[in-house]
Amino acid sequence: MLTKAREVAEKTNANLTAVLLGKNVKEHAKTLAEYSPKILLVEDDKLENFNSDAYQKVLSRLIVERKPILTLIGHTSYGVELAPRLAAALSIPLATDCIDFCFEGDAFVVTRQMYGGKVNAKAVLRKSESYMATVRQAAFQAQKPSAPINGQIEEVPSPLTEEITGKRFLEYVPPPPGGVDITAADILVSVGRGIKDRSNIPLVEELAKSLGGVLACSRPIVDKGWLPSERQVGSSGKTVKPKLYLALGISGAFQHILGMKNSDLIIAVNKDPKAPIFNFSDYGVVEDLFKIVPALKNKINEIKAQKTK
Amino acid sequence: MDVIVCVKHVPETAEAELKIDATGKSIEKSGLVFDINEWDDYALEEAVRIKEKFGGTVTAITVGPEDSDSTLRKCLARGADKAIRLTDPKFEGSDAYTTAKILYSVIKNMHFDMILTGAQASDDESAVVGPVLAELLKVPHATMVKKIELANGKAIVNRELEGGFEERLEVKLPAVFTVQTGINEPRYVSIMGIRRAMQKEVKVMGLADIGLSENDVGEAGSWLKIEKLYVPPVEKQAEFLTGSPDEIASRIVEILKSRGVM
Repeated sequence: MLTKAREVAEKTNANLTAVLLGKNVKEHAKTLAEYSPKILLVEDDKLENFNSDAYQKVLSRLIVERKPILTLIGHTSYGVELAPRLAAALSIPLATDCIDFCFEGDAFVVTRQMYGGKVNAKAVLRKSESYMATVRQAAFQAQKPSAPINGQIEEVPSPLTEEITGKRFLEYVPPPPGGVDITAADILVSVGRGIKDRSNIPLVEELAKSLGGVLACSRPIVDKGWLPSERQVGSSGKTVKPKLYLALGISGAFQHILGMKNSDLIIAVNKDPKAPIFNFSDYGVVEDLFKIVPALKNKINEIKAQKTK
Repeated sequence: MDVIVCVKHVPETAEAELKIDATGKSIEKSGLVFDINEWDDYALEEAVRIKEKFGGTVTAITVGPEDSDSTLRKCLARGADKAIRLTDPKFEGSDAYTTAKILYSVIKNMHFDMILTGAQASDDESAVVGPVLAELLKVPHATMVKKIELANGKAIVNRELEGGFEERLEVKLPAVFTVQTGINEPRYVSIMGIRRAMQKEVKVMGLADIGLSENDVGEAGSWLKIEKLYVPPVEKQAEFLTGSPDEIASRIVEILKSRGVM
């Protein structure tokens, strides 16, 4: 996001400022100084854990005082909690989950995805003196500046005077400990919505076994309770890098792609020839997984039988 | 506990092949099956469970064309008591921000302890309606909620973070929560439920009934205007394997052998 922000700032002759909120985060401000010519640092005990109400108060103050032409926020769980409400409160037009953006004249133009990544939309924001966008993770290749920046850190006093009462952080909840570690497997057979029904899971589990691999899945399978969350690949699950990732009936929503795109070899089977998964796979099969899985299992078992002869 | 559920009637596209229509600004909708947005489905189920446990009412509300009635009927069949459809030709072209404004103009006159809606819709994937609605109503909010517990006029909710982590928050009611998929297991609709739903009325309201002007809604009132849709450019197109399932299986085995995976 900072790499892209530097590029846009350069093109539009704007100044780039990074903003860091938290408690005892000065060290991180120094890291940011390698990427941004200016850093605003707001430290407060009340900013120790993320609370969008507290963040909104601080950022509103900064935006109203400093009038940036563009405010960028990561489209993370925190960004989703914070940005829409902040934008509405300040009447600043917002585009969420952007994969690209630029100024065309004084118009702010964004690219974002719709329908699970099957369609890209180019959209223009309503004319305004200030714009806001949330930016998709890994949408841009992060690069260090070509010349050292050594940004200037400005400490800004926290404007938070009273406790935030509407919403209070209690604790973090780590993922439940699982018996299977899919990140350690060399071969993952991963199943998605295309499996249709819980009763079909054993079919792919058998294929995984005959390949000497482990069964994994995309989010909808965990949501439906068909497999435990320890098996989930993607940004809200595990990031994997096996020697073989065999994706069965997975369309390839961006969140899933993030978790598996660095696998050595990706083979995808999906009925929809335009499924986004094929844009990230080495080999693709446009076919019903219920036809391919039995055929593949037979073939592997044949070979195994030959070997044992 | 009076709960309002905001739902959206959307095309099912997860396993469908999409085409961009002649305007270049929308997808070809003919041939697609429409249903309740998946995230809203979980929100509806959560609302009905809260009603069953604590009493009160569930009101389903949508902004959309007349076809959206089938989604509202589904809500009624699953346990919602009332349904409201906000429909007007002037609403066309509304983005998520404007949808939140339209919902606000009606909800501000209703009693509620909690508003539930999906964390996002499967069509535009904005994740904007819930938190903007909360800002307009000046009530607390939490997004991407995976668990809701209620006690003493407060809610304890789990929000989904990255990598399987969650955070627990205490939120004062009334509040707006956007629900993440997997929070519960939505029930099937019973025949009794469907019969009951057919007898219930869907209240329909238009622009004239909600106190907004033409400039507040549609494209005029929106943050975002779509210029064009296009198929994402391909960075690394897979090499497609063709033939009979047996032939394809043989090819896959060859590939696995050559890569040393088998």
